[in-house]
Amino acid sequence: MSAVTTDAPNTTRPQAGPVVTAKGLTRHYEVGGGLFGKPKTVRALSELDFELTPGRTLAVVGESGCGKSTLARVVTLIEEPTRGDLSIDGTKATPDAWKSLRSKVQIVFQDPYGSLNPRQRIGQILMEPLLINRPQMPAAEREEKAREMLRLVGLRPEHFDRYPHMFSGGQRQRVAIGRALMLEPEVLVLDEPVSALDVSIQSSVLNLLIDLQERMQLAYLFISHDLSVVRHVADDVTVMYLGRAVETGPKDMIFDNPQHPYTKALLSATPRADPEAGKERIKLQGELPSPLAVPPGCAFAPRCWKAQDKCRAARPLLDGATQKSACFFPEGDGTASPEAPKS
Amino acid sequence: MSLLRLRNLSVEFATTGGRFRAVDKVDLDVDRGDVLAIVGESGSGKSVSMLALMGLLPWTAKVTADEMTFDGHDLSKLSARGRRRIVGKDMAMIFQEPMSSLNPCFTVGFQIRETLRIHLGMDRKAAQKRAVELFDLVGIPDPEQRLKAFPHQMSGGMNQRVMIAMAISCNPKLLIADEPTTALDVTIQAQILDLLVKLRDETGMGLVLITHDMGVVAETAQRVSVHYAGQKVEEQPVRPLFRAPHHPYTSALLAALPERATDKRLPTIPGVVPGQFDRPKGCLFSPRCKFADDHCRKVPPEPRGADLGLARCHYPLNTDERLAS
Amino acid sequence: MDHALSEEVETQVEKRPGRLREFWFYFRENRGAVFGFWVFVAFVFIAATAPWIAPHDPTEQFRQYTLLPPVWQEGGSWTFPLGTDPLGRDMLSRLLNGARYSFFVGIVVVVVAASGGILIGLLAGFSPKWLDAIIMRLMDIILAFPSLLLALVLVAILGPSLINAMIAIAIVLQPHYVRLTRASVIGELNKDYVTSARVAGAGLWRLMFVTVLPNCLAPIIVQAALSFSTAILDAAALGFLGMGAQPPTPEWGTMLAEAREFILRAWWVVTLPGLAILITVLAINLMGDGLRDALDPKLKRS
Repeated sequence: MSAVTTDAPNTTRPQAGPVVTAKGLTRHYEVGGGLFGKPKTVRALSELDFELTPGRTLAVVGESGCGKSTLARVVTLIEEPTRGDLSIDGTKATPDAWKSLRSKVQIVFQDPYGSLNPRQRIGQILMEPLLINRPQMPAAEREEKAREMLRLVGLRPEHFDRYPHMFSGGQRQRVAIGRALMLEPEVLVLDEPVSALDVSIQSSVLNLLIDLQERMQLAYLFISHDLSVVRHVADDVTVMYLGRAVETGPKDMIFDNPQHPYTKALLSATPRADPEAGKERIKLQGELPSPLAVPPGCAFAPRCWKAQDKCRAARPLLDGATQKSACFFPEGDGTASPEAPKS
Repeated sequence: MSLLRLRNLSVEFATTGGRFRAVDKVDLDVDRGDVLAIVGESGSGKSVSMLALMGLLPWTAKVTADEMTFDGHDLSKLSARGRRRIVGKDMAMIFQEPMSSLNPCFTVGFQIRETLRIHLGMDRKAAQKRAVELFDLVGIPDPEQRLKAFPHQMSGGMNQRVMIAMAISCNPKLLIADEPTTALDVTIQAQILDLLVKLRDETGMGLVLITHDMGVVAETAQRVSVHYAGQKVEEQPVRPLFRAPHHPYTSALLAALPERATDKRLPTIPGVVPGQFDRPKGCLFSPRCKFADDHCRKVPPEPRGADLGLARCHYPLNTDERLAS
Repeated sequence: MDHALSEEVETQVEKRPGRLREFWFYFRENRGAVFGFWVFVAFVFIAATAPWIAPHDPTEQFRQYTLLPPVWQEGGSWTFPLGTDPLGRDMLSRLLNGARYSFFVGIVVVVVAASGGILIGLLAGFSPKWLDAIIMRLMDIILAFPSLLLALVLVAILGPSLINAMIAIAIVLQPHYVRLTRASVIGELNKDYVTSARVAGAGLWRLMFVTVLPNCLAPIIVQAALSFSTAILDAAALGFLGMGAQPPTPEWGTMLAEAREFILRAWWVVTLPGLAILITVLAINLMGDGLRDALDPKLKRS
């Protein structure tokens, strides 16, 4: 019980409204070209709307190339959106405001081996954000805060002077989480935080994240491809396909009654750790198209089992009340098409 | 007699800090048509034992076994040459990273034809014909065009299919798949797993699936062998394993899965897998086991009977289930 | 609730070998490298203590003992164990003092070339595409010249002296460091810890020198060891061509040049400086190979 005795920072937050609001967030990259040839546009992220609320978790789900990582880079102010608005705590996040907003949004990466500087001691890693952002803070206070954080994330005081290579993956991920929290952020972007960890370690890191969220009222943007983890931690879920949200809504609605065929396929493709469960798998044909050549109309149409001419011609928009999906022929609620091929 | 039979397989590595035992007295049997899943966390030695079998370990590794037979051949007595004739032909392996398993300098068609020429002595024409057949078999659309592609021109899922096509090109009796879907997306993973099981059904080969994903195990395997810190701690058919695990490690591993959670807070296994420098004296799992007592910490347990899932434990769990079933 | 937070506290402390011991373990595996290392240690010792261990002053001329053969040949004497040169100077003392110059050349050239090269390489790695292109093409131009020829041209412009020779060699060696540093910087820039430093608000200077540079050092250290020997070799070559150290400096290359005409009459005046260069360069190269084996994580087996 003694792991955390002192009050963690940010326990009281006045407002309950969203900390981060994104409207029509879009990020395109120009690639190739060189001296000759026209550069091509990768539409990594298109017109995404979302809100992050203190104490709640928004999970973003999708396969590789769906724009999850680009989203993380835009929200953590590493890259500027091509179009659209991102506001943090009511301030519009333009590059001029980045410096002042930096400490509000922090990130934890997937690979705990690559995300810690191998030449820095744990103490230095934890103190660096303070050193950069609060240079006037006395060194003693900085160290004290770092030691306190070490305890908060469940590591021992003597770990302070060690190097990252002396730790296991789970311990490193704890250090990475601790570093992200040093600036007392309001939003934590978690980019696949447990997918590189073993199952037994994964559960304790997830517990830590859940505890920290309750304690500090953090808003989480949880990016993952693992639906069983998402189901466990998320409050709201956004499913993305090729840079666009295809379905978004509260977790239970998405998992119990998916409306977009892609969501449904994704859920049925996720293996369940229960050999006795009936297997009704929707087999998706083909693969993700290249983000360089997103098909016109619905991006999912080439792989969808019930795509019609209309789907290939026009792009469906997100539609619905609390659970929104971008499909002309949504599933569920008795409107499901009867001939979904099962295997 | 089983296709593959391993008794007391141990692998040791020479490192800076002395000898490190990566695989510790492992017994395994695989039959034709069997799907055996080897499950374990990182450092459990699950890949190393299979690499030892294939003779693919670096020279710092020392492999010892009481018995290591494959299809009637004693692998430990075979010369490097004799082993090469079996490895890749009767016993094939696919790896986690399809991108780095293929040579980026050559087209996939060249690489698969080369395999066919070397192992089966086919000429150009026959090899090309067979390559097209194989691509068809593993579900690669438009095989003739795809044979001309380089690995970087195809997606991870397609490359994994190419790897599988190469692995089954010589009709192997045993296919070892080392985390074949870990680097792939969920929808592609489902396709690849279906393909592997389908191939097993059609050719009757034995399939060894090395993985850490309990979901993949539950949906694909027939038998499961759970490894921990180099030892096999339990082996059971898949259904009883998930219903009534006998070893506390298996039980804790299953309980830690988010999808089996009943509470917001997940059950955890404290501590980490023992490394080279903190290997316990008794049961290897004892420092992390909630049932461990002094006996466990002092005396390493031997595997129990088959009715207890060969569990390496002094106090196996779910012993009543055995009576009930 | 606090239980979950503190559970990992129970993990045991790992006792693993320190970095230095691990380094020595891998270094030791390469016998040639260990041999080279000990020769290099001896070389450094000689360079440091030459004035005290040399039997004579290296420039003192014993006119009555010109071209005396080494002690094991007929006519040799223990006063001059390795014989004397045409001006009656003691070969052993000159060789021992020559080590000083070679060491000095190696150190200065490596420090100048490496620090300049690392700075430019860091700049190129971090700069926008166009500046990077300009820097790298410039380096390509320097690399396109045969290195000794370029050094000769530079010395011809600056005037022949040991210092100018060192500057010329440093300029010639620098592009190697630039390319090496830039390549590792670009490799490191993609890693998550750099992004995480950016998210924490680290500025460009901090990213360059605190975050990225320390992680690029391993290949640069290897390169430094190898170019140490190149510098000695090039300095000797320039000295031999009369463009480096000037007589009567007991520099090995200059000694070779001075003794050229006596090749047939007195083998030792030419062979001994040549051997000294050969052994030193060989030892340093062997050591450099061992360093690469020990420092390059890609070659590590475990």
